[in-house]
Amino acid sequence: MPVEDLHKLQEDRLRSLVRFVYAHSAFYRQRFKEAGVAPDDIKELSDVTKLPFTTKLDLRDTYPTGMFCLPQNWVVRYHVSSGTTGKPTVVGYTQGDIEMWSESLARALTSVGLGRGDVMQVGYGYGLFTGGLGLHYGSERIGATVLPLGAGNTKRHIELMQDLGSTAIACTPSYFLYINEVAQEMGLSIRDDTKLKVGIFGAEPWSDETRKRIEDSTGIKAYDVYGTSEMSGPLCTECHRQDGIHIWADLFLIEVIDSKTGEQVEDGERGELVVTTLDKWAFPLVRYRMRDITILNSEPCECGRAHPRIMRILGRTDDMIVVRGINVFPSQVESVLMTIPEVGEHYQIIVDRKGPLDIMTVKVEVTEATFSDKIADLMSLSKRVSGELKDVLNLTAGVELVEPGTIPRSMGKAQHVIDKRKV
Amino acid sequence: MVAIKQISIFMENKPGRLVRAAKTLSDANVNIRALTIAEAGDFGVVRMVVDDTEKGYRVLRDAGFTVSETDVLAVEIKDTPGGLYEIADTLGENNVNMDYAYAFVTAKAERAMLILRVDDIKRATQVLTAAGVRMATRAEIQKI
Repeated sequence: MPVEDLHKLQEDRLRSLVRFVYAHSAFYRQRFKEAGVAPDDIKELSDVTKLPFTTKLDLRDTYPTGMFCLPQNWVVRYHVSSGTTGKPTVVGYTQGDIEMWSESLARALTSVGLGRGDVMQVGYGYGLFTGGLGLHYGSERIGATVLPLGAGNTKRHIELMQDLGSTAIACTPSYFLYINEVAQEMGLSIRDDTKLKVGIFGAEPWSDETRKRIEDSTGIKAYDVYGTSEMSGPLCTECHRQDGIHIWADLFLIEVIDSKTGEQVEDGERGELVVTTLDKWAFPLVRYRMRDITILNSEPCECGRAHPRIMRILGRTDDMIVVRGINVFPSQVESVLMTIPEVGEHYQIIVDRKGPLDIMTVKVEVTEATFSDKIADLMSLSKRVSGELKDVLNLTAGVELVEPGTIPRSMGKAQHVIDKRKV
Repeated sequence: MVAIKQISIFMENKPGRLVRAAKTLSDANVNIRALTIAEAGDFGVVRMVVDDTEKGYRVLRDAGFTVSETDVLAVEIKDTPGGLYEIADTLGENNVNMDYAYAFVTAKAERAMLILRVDDIKRATQVLTAAGVRMATRAEIQKI
């Protein structure tokens, strides 16, 4: 679809959405009133900035379903987020909302070359978490065969991957690295002993360097997937170009803003993602602040799709840690570590305070392949890691070499930061 | 070749780590002939010579330790003053550098045994042999 037509469609849908939420929700009527805006004020796409933002805090305040715009008898399913940052978040779907979710992901999976004949092994958790069921429905929609394994039971994953010839897997990148590790222990190579060719990885921030490590060691193509439970669940991925995640413009209106001022930033500038849903009704979003840091790219993609792209999620506004006044994203640390082959893929950042001073320590595992019997070699490895971290972060971090397998592995979201500071 | 294999284990400097390694070897009935620990703050390297290197290496590896095998020399030294001097002097004169060394006394105790890691193991063997120094073979270490 040409960009102009897409924008026209977005404009129509935005107007409908605004009228809909205003008519159906006391929460939105109140918010619009406070912001001094009425549905009729929204005439064109750029008027979206007149609308008030909504946040996770609003969701918490209206727990469980105060931001829903349709009564429960329209809702065919609930999902509930784990609430790692506070109270759990409840989201609800009409039959149509589930269809939209599946459709969005189906388009995404098609854009990486998956379709009928593929076997998709779902390694995201099923149940209240949206990952498992999202990928499940999306994959069925494209005619692929779904293997609903869920998270955990890693040996089973590997056996069935071999026996049923899985061609694709969806899970967190850290879990896939773990699967690869276990496969190696079992004497198997994902590259040579399985048919796996595509990985759909997300639900935690990861880096291009991790992608490279995954692709080099297993021979698969690794794609980033994005979507939060508030938006439905996993929804959009990179296309085969691996150059940003296409956000379907007929389904979502996205903005990237400066977190402090709330103003939209230019294409290519880093900022916080803000989402308005254009075809989601039980629980629509109006200018919802995702707290994910990204960069918007509205240029047409080489794949031919006109839908705008967001660059890899660079971190969350609440993932960011401030150490000695310097902003640090775990993804930056990860990028550095992935370029040093002597250390393993798993890491943990520990922040503590000694007196007035913040101390950051990065724990990395010594890999057996490179373990040297000489203390001097190990010392120089830890010095090298520390030096490269300093170059990127502008911050001196201690490096602790630990034994392989001692950093906790996760089946879901990896906990990369342990902040021991008492605030 | 008189070089013998030494097992090195990477170990975090935390209570209980060495215990686990020792127990692993004990359960496998592997006997430790000599052992030394080099520590560097948060971590250390445990080096040891055992009676059955292959088995020791395998059980430690299976137990999840990061292990490596290194070629070292087991040099016999007279258990009298000047014993170490003779060896160090021979190597020094011939430009062979010692990375590290540790000694143990055998049960029979006529002689002490020096485990020696050098930068040029071939040359070290030559010059020590020429100087009349005896080095224990793998079979001998197993039998001690």
